[in-house]
Amino acid sequence: MLRIDYLSIAGLPPLSFEVAPGQCLAIEGPSGCGKTRLLRAIADLDPAAGHVFLEGVERAEMSAPLWRRRVRFVAAEPAWWAPTPRAHFAAAVKLDRLLSALGLEQLDLDRPLSELSTGERQRLALVRALADDPPVLLLDEPTSALGGTNAALTCEFIKFQILAGRIVILVSHDAMQIDRLATARLQLSGVPWPHSQQSVAA
Amino acid sequence: MSSGALANGDLILAACLLAINGALSLAFGLRLELGLAIAAIRTAVQLAVIGFVLKFVFAQSSPLWTAGVALLLFSVAGYELLQRQQRRFKGWWAYGFGNATLLFAGGLATVYSVAIVLGARPWYTPRYLLPILAMVLGSTLTSISAVLQTLTDGIERERGTIEARLAHGGTRFAALVPLLRRALRTATAPVFNVLSVAGMVALPGVMTGQILAGADPVDAAKFQMVLMFVLAGASGLGALAAALGGVLLLSDHRHRLRLDRLAPDG
Repeated sequence: MLRIDYLSIAGLPPLSFEVAPGQCLAIEGPSGCGKTRLLRAIADLDPAAGHVFLEGVERAEMSAPLWRRRVRFVAAEPAWWAPTPRAHFAAAVKLDRLLSALGLEQLDLDRPLSELSTGERQRLALVRALADDPPVLLLDEPTSALGGTNAALTCEFIKFQILAGRIVILVSHDAMQIDRLATARLQLSGVPWPHSQQSVAA
Repeated sequence: MSSGALANGDLILAACLLAINGALSLAFGLRLELGLAIAAIRTAVQLAVIGFVLKFVFAQSSPLWTAGVALLLFSVAGYELLQRQQRRFKGWWAYGFGNATLLFAGGLATVYSVAIVLGARPWYTPRYLLPILAMVLGSTLTSISAVLQTLTDGIERERGTIEARLAHGGTRFAALVPLLRRALRTATAPVFNVLSVAGMVALPGVMTGQILAGADPVDAAKFQMVLMFVLAGASGLGALAAALGGVLLLSDHRHRLRLDRLAPDG
């Protein structure tokens, strides 16, 4: 269970909600209303007042790297810290199933990332995010660079992750995808919350 | 000519060479003569002022005077460091961080070289302390500003990469080490270059000055070596302090990137 308790993000009222294993919460709202910032705050990538618990343990009770190994934020535009895909994975990790589930079984992991298509890189980012098996996935527009078959394939892949018991929070502009995946929805308004200035820590 | 002090007339003779430059400018209509005259007068005034101030300070027995001039040198260097930074830290840190690294690296290298290498007694003898402090601060300043430039530029440009590493459970040090390495390389490469070409292209200034003042050339070379090692060491120390401090300032204990601690561009 992932529990968010009075999490304060500029422009939004303090948010409290829960997502259980095997559930997917879709966050909806107009561009710039704070969807990405909410995901980043849950992953503790931005300072935000409030509490976030995973299985009853507050994030401050563990180191931030350990928290982010469990609560994995997947950015809409993945960035890479090494030249090839392989350099992003631990040597022992088995990737075959993840790669083939996303239609990447033919991909040469030693090819420079700059030679891959945007869509291949976005699916590869999901493989990277799941390689160390985090219980929570925070997905920001996971299919924004994908079209047709690959978008559907990725959607099914995420569905499978939910069914397998992962906790998923999804930000997406794709209404069909939200219909297919979400077990609950959180609607954020585009209007800035009036008292947000007071509740946000410096 | 004899070694030792120059007469005022000698200065006028040297200035005649400058006058030739001025005449050339006039003859060819380069319109540089006014700038040249101002620059020459500035040189004369500035150096004369420094000469008289140092003479006065050396003549005082009170270390307070020495401390006062040292403080002045530190604040001028700190101000210059701030001027060279394109992206500054917010608030107090903008001035404080640069000054702290200057004080640490410059102070340590200066006191070490005056007290232990040159063996001046007492260690705060202004004749040794102040010239060395000025040189050390000058070279430390350059490497600190190179580190800060690389660090603040890079952290903004590579934000996505750094945060990807953090998001995948990396510590702030793992995420920032590539940038840290690059900043240190950028800052120290010129220092090593200076060491490797010393004496090849031109005689270093201190050595030339000592030889002209009548010192044995081998002694002058040794003195130059000591100075260059001290300057290079101080630059490296300053670069390291600035790089580590910068990384700590631009991230926090929860291993987050804190670009909000940089002031807006300008």
